[in-house]
Amino acid sequence: MTENETVGGPDDSTKALEPTTETSPLSRRALREATRAEAARSVAPRRRVSVVGVLGELLITAGVVVMLFLGWYVWLNDIVAGNEQQQAAVEVQQELQDRWERGEGVAERPADPGEPVVAEPALAGEVFATLIVPRFGDDYTRPIAGGVDLRTVLNNRQIGIGHYLETQMPGEIGNFAVAAHRTTYGAPFADIAELRVGDLIYVETADGWYEYAFRGLEYVWPTAVQVLEPVPQAPQIDPTDRILTMTSCNPKFSSAERIIAYAVMENWYPRADGPPAALEGIVEASAS
Amino acid sequence: MYLALWRVLPGPVWVRVLIVTVLVVAVLAVLVEWVFPWAAETLLPQESTVGG
Repeated sequence: MTENETVGGPDDSTKALEPTTETSPLSRRALREATRAEAARSVAPRRRVSVVGVLGELLITAGVVVMLFLGWYVWLNDIVAGNEQQQAAVEVQQELQDRWERGEGVAERPADPGEPVVAEPALAGEVFATLIVPRFGDDYTRPIAGGVDLRTVLNNRQIGIGHYLETQMPGEIGNFAVAAHRTTYGAPFADIAELRVGDLIYVETADGWYEYAFRGLEYVWPTAVQVLEPVPQAPQIDPTDRILTMTSCNPKFSSAERIIAYAVMENWYPRADGPPAALEGIVEASAS
Repeated sequence: MYLALWRVLPGPVWVRVLIVTVLVVAVLAVLVEWVFPWAAETLLPQESTVGG
């Protein structure tokens, strides 16, 4: 009996599956076992898609996507945009040199050679200069465009630094104010808090190089538009200096406050005389 | 869900792996090119200007 069940069962089952007229007890039991086996076989592979299962997989997917986003946001996009902005700035320097050679958009040089040329007013979205900050890296240079629009200028992978259009231009008495991100989107001002008194900062235009010396940092509220005044924080005073003001966010990854860096123009180098000695190598592209 | 997707795919295992790889790369490209920039601008605005 037991022999029949264990050994004969499976052998008979295939036969028993066919329509049969046999009614012997053995074949009926075999048929029952066969249907049970058939049922067991079909349950395992045809696993039903359950609501909970789908929900779980969707949640896991969402978690992975969020992780990917954060990685892209703080790391990948930053590096990619930074490299592209650096690359773009080198091309801008070449373009500035070409414009100077063609005499396009170049201001008339004043009679007194000590007076710097004042750059032509910038248009919104137009790249008109590059910023060179040796403290931010040996070959650090990034394009500057008119306006501080997030989408077209500050978040732009080809630009990154924006000039407040209501402020003065390089070489002009007053305040040349620029803004850039401190984190993400290439973060041109990532190391703004690393500046030390006396650090040289250069603004390169088609006219030449404006050399600024870093003076100090200030931390203000986001509403502090007085930092853009011709004399920052002192609208009542008549300006006599040519100031560079850099604004960025503080603390990092936050928009709660602003960090402001001030620098004062000390020298300017007309393009006709070539770049300042300190910049040889950095502005190789435009000097050649 | 993913198991069902895997079963729907035709061909032997290596063909399926190839198809899945192409799909994953396509999804990543869409995320990086369009979804992530939109999310960053919408959800995590970074302000570095004064006034505004």
